[in-house]
Amino acid sequence: MTRIDFGYAHHELRLGRSVAIRLRTRSIVVNVVLAVLTLALALVAIGLGDYPLSPGEVVAALVGRGEEFHRMIVVEWRLPVLIAAIVFGALLGVGGAVFQSLTRNPLGSPDIIGFDAGAYTAVTVTMLMFQVRDYWSIAAAAILGGLLTALAVYVLAYRRGVQGFRLIIVGIGVSAMLGSVNSYLITRAEVEDAIMVGFWSAGSLGRVDWPRLAPSLVLAALTLLAVAALSPALRQLELGDDAALAQGVNANRARVGLLVAGVATGALVTAAAGPIGFIALCAPQIAQRVARTPGVSVTAAAFMGAALLTAAQFASLAIAQFYRAIPVGLITVCLGGVYLIWLLIRETRRAV
Amino acid sequence: MSVVPPAGRKLLGLLLVVAALAVVIPASLAIGANPLPLADVWRGLWHPDDSEASIIVWTLRVPRTILAIVAGMAAGVAGALIQAITRNPLADPGILGVDAGAGFAVTIGVGFFGATSIDEFIWFAFLGAMAATVAVYLIGSAGRGAASPVQLVLAGVALGAVLGGIATFLTLIDEDTFARLRTWGLGSVTAATLEETMTVLPFLTLGLALALVVAGSLNAVALGDDLATSLGASVLRTRILGIVAVTLLAGGETALTGGIAFVGLMVPHVVRWFTGPDQRWILAFTIITAPVIVLAADILGRVIARPAEIQVGILTAVIGAPVLIMLVRRRTASGL
Repeated sequence: MTRIDFGYAHHELRLGRSVAIRLRTRSIVVNVVLAVLTLALALVAIGLGDYPLSPGEVVAALVGRGEEFHRMIVVEWRLPVLIAAIVFGALLGVGGAVFQSLTRNPLGSPDIIGFDAGAYTAVTVTMLMFQVRDYWSIAAAAILGGLLTALAVYVLAYRRGVQGFRLIIVGIGVSAMLGSVNSYLITRAEVEDAIMVGFWSAGSLGRVDWPRLAPSLVLAALTLLAVAALSPALRQLELGDDAALAQGVNANRARVGLLVAGVATGALVTAAAGPIGFIALCAPQIAQRVARTPGVSVTAAAFMGAALLTAAQFASLAIAQFYRAIPVGLITVCLGGVYLIWLLIRETRRAV
Repeated sequence: MSVVPPAGRKLLGLLLVVAALAVVIPASLAIGANPLPLADVWRGLWHPDDSEASIIVWTLRVPRTILAIVAGMAAGVAGALIQAITRNPLADPGILGVDAGAGFAVTIGVGFFGATSIDEFIWFAFLGAMAATVAVYLIGSAGRGAASPVQLVLAGVALGAVLGGIATFLTLIDEDTFARLRTWGLGSVTAATLEETMTVLPFLTLGLALALVVAGSLNAVALGDDLATSLGASVLRTRILGIVAVTLLAGGETALTGGIAFVGLMVPHVVRWFTGPDQRWILAFTIITAPVIVLAADILGRVIARPAEIQVGILTAVIGAPVLIMLVRRRTASGL
């Protein structure tokens, strides 16, 4: 069999006659490096806290050796937080990649176009107005809120087709309105409720524990599976509906599936940790630049998202060593906003 | 843009808006958690004594009403100016991050330079507003072409997010120093006292005066830099004066209220539908209409959530955001 030159170094994975996957060498290397980096950061980060532990002690506790007290701190308290950072980061990256692909716009990520704001408003309403606090209700509300907002934004932005820029501005407008609704609900709430929701509003992983994490891990796995199943269709949709149709993809059905899965990624994170902004925006773009892929890649975005959120959580824990605990959402907003500004300057430079 | 009404119709329109202002001011003095009959308001206003009506009017309602009028004028005119300077219909001091810049600078001033009263931190507000205006303008026009509306809005949103994030970051790290800031910056017309409003008023007046001075040249600038120059308008001078005016207005307004969202976006647009594109008329109408909107929103906020109140900034965002959405739904998002 003659080897085809695809213009880049790659490996092929064949299982029997039906499965053949082509993997770019550079993408594999980048993803492996990111994964190693994420795990290393997570190990160091688990050691940070009021009772500091060296990475060696952390590893010992994780594999079941070491002192019982260390084991409790590491496994019971700090491990769920770092697992949340890795999984939620991956979810956000995937969501961003899906929407940036669907809108064919680097700025079309769910945190910019208001879907996360919708999920967060639904969470606030559920907690403050209906006084419901269990995970499943909140997650359901977040997904429903995100979907309704997505629907509203699409309908409002629709005018003989959906243009990227109209979608973004409509999303900003809708976010502003939802933000007002949130502030109103918080000012009306009892003080204790307001403090709890206020903490939520900044996006923090600090309150994640095993009972809260377990259900989100299940839902996250389902969502990621759905995206994985739909990702070949996503790649065809990037070529336009006609081309996708010619390749045997039902464009509308695939798009609805991707929309639901994409909204679910952000909503799951919002339900468990509050809105964590700008990871969905940055991760796919940075991954695309580092891995030098021709378009946005869902897999690379997942690895990059996990690395970014773990790094932000690491920074948050490191700052807490000296000052107070800073919600991780604030760190991602500050760094991500700077990145967005840089992206805009670059875009204007390129456009004439 | 539809037919421009003749000057007589415009004057009549202006009279109508003034009449609306004359209606909402007494309403603002009378309506609240403890509604007062207009007769009591009138008596309390002219004969300050120990009666309940007089105390309520003078200590609560008058400062609030004056602040709403002043802040409304400042926000509306700042919006009209920044739309004209950037030739961008989606511009607004809140959306473009100018308010966030002023707020951020005030946080720095309070936290690191020990500013405690408004006559100290107003300077930080001006500095922040100026820096943010220039930064957004530079980000938006970094390329060879003029900034597109979307890029400018995104630049503002990004800037606002970063500055807001850092400000929250600082307040969280050192809660004691920033305790004062917790009540400030919510887009409320009840936080500042009458003395504070009066301290800022000269700066706002200067800003309004500058706005009126450059109004004529802004008409020429709207035609494009080259044409404006050939018509004898100094583009650079107009822009600089305009930016100074925006700085004074948006900075002063933010120092007092924390930033009332979307007034600067929606009022000039609503006004433009009636007046046509002449900046002088747009500014004249905006100066009167913006306070009417802010006062009406404030009154609404006192009524719909009794006995609690909704901050005026929340309501203007709920009313104003649909205007933004409507604007981008129009076929051409230019309109200037």
